[in-house]
Order: sequence, then C-alpha cells, then structure tokens
Amino acid sequence: MSMRSSPFVALDIPRPPIAHRIRNGISDTLNLTERDIKIWTRNPSLLFFIVIQPVMFVLLFRYVFGGAIMVSVPGGYVNYLMPGIIAQSAAFASFGTAIALARQTQRGVIDRFRSMPMARSAVLLGRLVADTLRLTITLLIILAVGYAVGFRFENGAGPAVLMVALGVVFGVAICTVSAYVGLAIRDEESVGSFGLIWLFPLTFVSAAFVPVASMPGWLQAFAKNQPVTIVIDEMRGLALGGPLAEHAWQSAAWLLAIFIVFVPLAVRAYRRPG
Amino acid sequence: MNDHYPAGRWDGPAIIVEGLQKSFGEVHALRGIDLVVERGSVLCVLGPNGAGKTTAVKVLTTLLEPDGGRALIEGRDVVRSAPAVREIIGLAGQSAAIQEELTGRENIEIMGRLHHLSKGESRRRAGELLELFDLVDAADRPAKGYSGGMTRRLDLAASLVGRPTVFFLDEPTTGLDPRSRIGMWGIIRELVADGATLLLTTQYLEEADELSDEIVVIDRGKVIAAGTGDNLKNRIGGDVVQFGVVDRTRLGDAAEVVRPLAEGEPTVEEETARVTIRVGSRGSDSLVQTVRALDGAGIHTEHLGIHRPSLDDVFLALTGHTPEDGTRPSRSRSRRGRRDGVVPDATTRQRT
Ligand SMILES: Nc1ncnc2c1ncn2[C@@H]1O[C@H](COP(=O)(O)OP(=O)(O)OP(=O)(O)O)[C@@H](O)[C@H]1O
Ligand SMILES: [Mg+2]
Repeated sequence: MSMRSSPFVALDIPRPPIAHRIRNGISDTLNLTERDIKIWTRNPSLLFFIVIQPVMFVLLFRYVFGGAIMVSVPGGYVNYLMPGIIAQSAAFASFGTAIALARQTQRGVIDRFRSMPMARSAVLLGRLVADTLRLTITLLIILAVGYAVGFRFENGAGPAVLMVALGVVFGVAICTVSAYVGLAIRDEESVGSFGLIWLFPLTFVSAAFVPVASMPGWLQAFAKNQPVTIVIDEMRGLALGGPLAEHAWQSAAWLLAIFIVFVPLAVRAYRRPG
Repeated sequence: MNDHYPAGRWDGPAIIVEGLQKSFGEVHALRGIDLVVERGSVLCVLGPNGAGKTTAVKVLTTLLEPDGGRALIEGRDVVRSAPAVREIIGLAGQSAAIQEELTGRENIEIMGRLHHLSKGESRRRAGELLELFDLVDAADRPAKGYSGGMTRRLDLAASLVGRPTVFFLDEPTTGLDPRSRIGMWGIIRELVADGATLLLTTQYLEEADELSDEIVVIDRGKVIAAGTGDNLKNRIGGDVVQFGVVDRTRLGDAAEVVRPLAEGEPTVEEETARVTIRVGSRGSDSLVQTVRALDGAGIHTEHLGIHRPSLDDVFLALTGHTPEDGTRPSRSRSRRGRRDGVVPDATTRQRT
C-alpha cells in the first residue's frame, strides 16, 4: 500500500513516567490476583481436583502400595512419600492455571483485558501470585493429612518451612509452563485432555513415589536427572535430614531456568490476539 | 475518566482509518479499508460472515497490528500509541467477555478497578451501570445463570466502566431474540445520546439503519459502499411490498391494480400466487395505498407485508452476488435460504 496523503497528523503522546506505570502494574496484578482467588473458590471441581485428589494419593500410597515399597529413610515409607506427594500435587495444581487461562482466552476475557489500559504482564503476574497463595493452602492441607497418617519432619522447623517454600516455588514454576500452555493452546478441552499430559511422566518417572534405583536402567538415566527428582530429593533432604548442597544449587538452577524461559513465552502468548 | 496522558488537543474526527490492511497467511481479511467517524456519531460496519468486521474492530482496539495503513482514535495511532488508545476506548467483542463464576456486580467492579478507579468509585459505577442496564435484580447472582440477553447487557455494561469516549461493539445483537434485540437498541441509543462516538458492526441492514448515522458496507475486506441508511436503500431500490392473492384467477388483476404504486414493474410469481412491488422509501404509505387499492378492487390477499431490504438485497444490488462465502455471480445468483441455493440436485429438479 502506498503512503496516502492525509491532512491528519497523529498526536505524539509520551509514555507516562515509569513510576506511574509500575504503580499501575502492581495495582493491576493485585486486582487480578483477588479476582483469580475468587474464581478459584467458586469452582468446586477445581477445588476437588487440587485438594481432594492429592489427599487420595496420600492415602492410596500410604496404605495400598506403601507396604510393597522398600525405602531406607528415617520413619519409613510415609516419610519418604510426603515430599514426593507434595511436589506432585504442586505440579498438578498447575492444571487449574492452564485451564483457567485457556477458558478466559476462548471466552474473550483475555482480549478484553488486552484492550484495557493494563500492564501487559499483569494477567500472568496476578495469576502467579494467586497460584502462590493457592499452592500454599493446598500444600498445607496435604501436609496436615500427612501428619494424620504418620508423617513427621525429622530435621527441625527451619528446614521444614524451607521444604514447603521449595514445594510452592516449584509449583509456581510449573504454573508458568502451564500458563504458557493455556495461553498458547487457548482451548479448554484440548488443554484439559492433552495440554498437560507431560506432567504424568515428569512426576511419576521421578523419585516421587519409589526410589529411582528400583526402575530399569534406561529409565533411571532420565528419572535421576530430571528436575522433579532433583527438587524432590532436595525437599526430602530438608524434611528428613541428609546432604543438601548439591541438589540445592541444581534445584535453584532448574527453577530459575524454567522462569527465565516460560515467563517471557507466556507474556508473549498473552499478547497474541485470541 | 482516567486519562494519564497529557494528550494534545485533537479537533479531527474521532476515528480515522486509512488504507488498513491485515492478512492471516493467505487470507486477506482487510484489503485497504478507509473510514472516518465524526465525534459523537455512530458508524455501522455492515457485512456478511467473514467480511472482516471483527478483524477491523480488533485492529482499532489495539488487539491486532495491521500490516499496512493506519488508524487513529482521537488522534492516537493504534500501533504507536496503543496504551493511550486503550485509555479512551471501550470494547464489547463478538463473544461476551464475562467471568461466569463472578456475579454481575463483581464483573463490573473488577473492570472498574482494572481501569484504575478506586474501590469506592468502582462500586458506585457498578451500581449505576447495573441500574442502567436493568440488571439490578440479578446483580448478585453468578453470571453463569444469566440469559443470553442479560450476558450481553452485562458485557456492554462492563465495557463502559472506564467511561470510554470512543466505543466499539462487535455484533452486539447477534444471537439475541427479537425482544432482547430491541432492548439492546434502546440501550445503544441512550449511550450515544450522551455524546460518545460509536462504531458497531452487524450483519443486519435493519439494525444498521436503526442505529447509525452512517453505514459502511464491507465485503471480503473492502468497503463496497458507504452512506446513510436511506442513501443505501435508495441505491438498492428501497422497500418492498409483497402479498399473496387468495383467488389465483385474479392474480393478473392484482398486478394491474398495484402497478401505479410500484417503482418499475410488479413481479408476479404464478406458482405461489404472490405479487411483489418495489416502493422505494415511501414505506408504510405505500403499504396503506396497496391495501386500499386491492380492497377497492375486491381482491382478497394473504400475508400482506412490507419488507426492508435485507443484507442479501444490498449485496445483490451492490456486488451482483449474495454474501454466501465467495459465491460467484456466474455460478449462482440464488438468494440465501431459497431452495436452489441451499439444496442442490433433488429439490431443485422438482422445482424446474
Ligand atoms: N486469527 C485468524 N487466523 C486466520 N484467519 C483469520 C483469523 N481471524 C480471521 N480470519 C479470517 O479473516 C476473514 C475475516 O474474518 P472476520 O472475523 O474479521 O470476519 P467477520 O466479518 O467478523 O465475520 P463474522 O460475521 O463471521 O463475525 C475470515 O476469512 C476469517 O476466516
Ligand atoms: Mg466477527
């Protein structure tokens, strides 16, 4: 298209000062957090999925499979199990993130936000803050159930708090991946049926429920080195005692890498029109 | 309103679109659209499915970047000054952007907060809008249980929290029953009475005619006609009066009787015993005259009525093809809904 001559010269509008934008960005993020939490509490099916399901896992592994799985940690299998269940539940909680964002994109809610004077990253950040709260509540409930069936922290209060914190940060990292999946696939049903299928091998082919050494050799190579196992090993170390340093920096590196890759991807997917 | 931009004054039209282009791969959704909307007026973009209406709205509301051309909203370029454009526009998209789990009130309040209104101001504004849109009774129920019409109204209400000066409605009445549609028209009229500039899209000529100061007809990404509703209708021959004749033997008489009222020749369909005349923009006057004339001649009629030209008629008149996905004039001139256009073979054979 050739340039048209038009008598109208567009206004030259400077961006508002950075401080102003940051202030608005924070307010947008918190408003969206509040909104997400409200929506979460009104979705009984999501609540069920995120809270009841892990509780069932605890009971199932503790009483059904537990007897057949040999581990050498203080306190026996239930102590081995709980960090694994917590990490797995944290990862699975990200289903809610992906599905909610896909649904909102599909229904035009995300496009509506994009047409409003809002910070571009606010939808994702608001979501992640809400996820942090959501995960903390979920993990504490699961821990309480764990306590009821015999789980005990063996390494003192400080590391116990760190373990929960690591579980939450890990869950939020997986949520950024899921947020990207939800915003990119944009179809609630697809996201629900195959968008998050990768979570199953990632959490089950790990040290979450059974020692990696019990798996066939070819599987061990993957199971031993993938991030879920590394994070779970670190969580076990924090909960039950044992060497921490090596897994600590590996966990930190993995989590950082996930954020560095997926936060920008998710923000970009948000900016693409629905 | 919360315009943070120390904008220069703008005295030009509220919306200026010049040579706007947008393609999705091979699909050229917009192929050089031009339009101008004066401040405080209503422009209706009329076009069939796939014409490019939604694409145009998305570009103007900063959701999509155009491939070529430019668009200014109150002088603000939709690409270069997108954040400044977002400060002053409101958008109700083709599908309602409502969060079902939240109540109507919460849906509006959160939009207010995201427009950087204070908590109190958001609450006040939500109350006002719920009242205006007749949603007070349902305000504190989750939006999940709302009817289609209520959902649309809520969506529109939510898009107005930030007191936009220019707003965009993409097919605001599609999917609504006739009563809700009329209700929506009333609401839209009230909004523009307050002096806002409005661009709305529709597939219905009648709606465009009812609501707009000016109509732009687009087809396959191009503007094919522009003007007022009357302009357009005159170009396509205006209204049409049609009736069936009970006693078939009097079909010829009926045509003779109404001939003086018609613009051009009356059309007589032997098969269905129906007579059609074009009456230009004289509308109901000619309807009354037709009834009198036929009554005077003692001819009994059935299904007598006046029809506004439909979008199909507009397209037929302007482009020589109906708006059914790329139908070529050479292949089929059939009207939408007619048997020969929709069902090939079997039924057609019976008719011919
Ligand atoms: N994101 C997209 N990717 C590919 N093609 C698209 C996309 N959006 C629109 N199109 C195509 O661009 C053309 C114009 O679509 P658009 O949605 O603007 O039409 P419309 O006039 O709004 O139609 P409708 O009345 O059905 O809403 C269509 O051929 C459509 O298939
Ligand atoms: Mg459309």
